[in-house]
Amino acid sequence: MSIIDWFAKKQKAPSKAERLNIPGDLWIKCPSCSEVLFTKDLEVNYKVCNHCNFHFRLSPEERLLYLFDKNSFVESDSNLKPIDFLKFKDTQQYSSRIKNAQQKSKKHEAVTIGQASINNKMVNLAIMDFFFLGGSMGSVVGEKITKIIEAAVENQHPLIIFTMSGGARMQEGLLSLMQMAKTSSALALLSEKKVPYITVLCDPTTGGTSASFAMLGDIQIAEPGALISFAGPRVIEQTIRQKLPDGFQKSEFLLEHGMVDMVTSRPDLKEILFDLVTLLDPREEVKK
Amino acid sequence: MTKILEFEKPIVELYEKIEQLKALSKSGNIELEKEIQRIEKRAKKLKMDIYSNLSPHQIVQIARHPNRPDSSSLFRLICEKFIPLHGDRQFRDDPSIVGGIGTIKGQRVILIGHQKGHDTKENIYRNFGMPHPEGYRKALRLMEMAQKFSIPIVTFIDTPGAYPGLGAEERGQAEAIARNLREMSSMTVPIISFVIGEGGSGGALAIGVSNKLYMLEYSVYSVISPEGCASILFRDAKKADEASKSLKITSVDVMGLGIADGVIPEPMGGSHNDWKNLSKDMKKQIVSDLKNYKLIKPEAIRQERYKKFREMGEFQV
Ligand SMILES: [Zn+2]
Repeated sequence: MSIIDWFAKKQKAPSKAERLNIPGDLWIKCPSCSEVLFTKDLEVNYKVCNHCNFHFRLSPEERLLYLFDKNSFVESDSNLKPIDFLKFKDTQQYSSRIKNAQQKSKKHEAVTIGQASINNKMVNLAIMDFFFLGGSMGSVVGEKITKIIEAAVENQHPLIIFTMSGGARMQEGLLSLMQMAKTSSALALLSEKKVPYITVLCDPTTGGTSASFAMLGDIQIAEPGALISFAGPRVIEQTIRQKLPDGFQKSEFLLEHGMVDMVTSRPDLKEILFDLVTLLDPREEVKK
Repeated sequence: MTKILEFEKPIVELYEKIEQLKALSKSGNIELEKEIQRIEKRAKKLKMDIYSNLSPHQIVQIARHPNRPDSSSLFRLICEKFIPLHGDRQFRDDPSIVGGIGTIKGQRVILIGHQKGHDTKENIYRNFGMPHPEGYRKALRLMEMAQKFSIPIVTFIDTPGAYPGLGAEERGQAEAIARNLREMSSMTVPIISFVIGEGGSGGALAIGVSNKLYMLEYSVYSVISPEGCASILFRDAKKADEASKSLKITSVDVMGLGIADGVIPEPMGGSHNDWKNLSKDMKKQIVSDLKNYKLIKPEAIRQERYKKFREMGEFQV
């Protein structure tokens, strides 16, 4: 890489400071191509940069809005709340981290579950939220994912999970690790019932989340440019003591290595999801 | 030679002093004899004090001790007959995971374990017990064979974690682990696991979705290494000591969390000088469990395992 390329790349590097200081947040600078975008245009375009196809991270509400039938979502188990049962304290008490995240997101935890429809086709749904403590999986996330899998076992509607998580929630110690086994075990039951399960891997999906339910879809779709990995790039660089190649562990890399079925841009996602759940669902065959 | 851990040094120094005095006292100096007896008493007390008040950080050091018993050696000590098996049939044989078929008190078993080395050369060959995806796929291949021929499965966990490297990511480390979790959950043969040293995160759990989990007294099991946790959450890699306390990773803690079903006692200070007695106790536990599972229907064995993991989690409704 020439010094000019390096400098250009450095200037493009995403940072919170990139947000322009114009009142009302009417503009936003694309963290990938630095183009200045109208917030309104961006929202109409599924929060995808129309210059470089950079996919901004979405909240569960935004995904529901973009991808599912209007007002079709019925949430379940929103009452489950995390507790600081280890009294875990690092630079901050876990309980106060929870409180802050809850206040900021107006939600109890890092995943939202329930039923919704796509073009009138009913599906079971889980949407993870990276903005809530990095989307990390503790007892509540594990429980809610397991509950929605069990609901799918029961009601036989296809299951779609949007993953967006840095991995296990360390502040819940070994019990957070066990959520990997719990969720994956439930998926064994779902698989036996022949209910279709589709994962949409969003940026980022790593660690304990990728090494459990995220990688067990019948079909796996990745959003463009998402980091999807077991180990984080920084940990790998420290271990092997060399720089990682460009695009390593990004969606396109996973497609090339056979780990996902497709990389799909957000504007096309709804139709693809609808087609796939309809084509896979054995109950659609009966209806004909 | 056995490696001496930092906190063991005062004990070792006292014993060295005793040896020196003993060499001097051959002439029959009564005063010296008395002095030796006095120091011996002190050494014994010191040993008790140190080993019965080990911090989680010190227990981590014992769990990682280079002379700690390894999976392969324990297989041979526990089984009357043991035949090692190799390869995932897809890519290669991963030396970080060993396995094979054997008998324990006449009962057929498939044994699988992480494999560390005892010196640098061996550790490089074993990749310090950090498997690649093909290691987990080999483990799954053996477990599927166990299921096919109705043979109980015994696994020994001893890894810092799944290997974080280029090839491991390219070949789907996350997928390999995830698949093992799902497939282990649906086996109808009993699965018995022991954490024999380090239970490092998802890389440990990938062979640990078991009916019964035992911790050796000085083993640890954690969602992340204390060092990793320190650098991420405490923002200071030197706080591993503190992180190892907060994470609740010792055998007693893991029992307390309801994740382990029992603790296998070890000689004071760890098993690194006494593999044989340890293997006897492990064997006893395996034999007794296998006897119990003979009375349970295959589907009930699966359900028991499912229920155990289904109930794990602490939250407020
Ligand atoms: Zn852009």
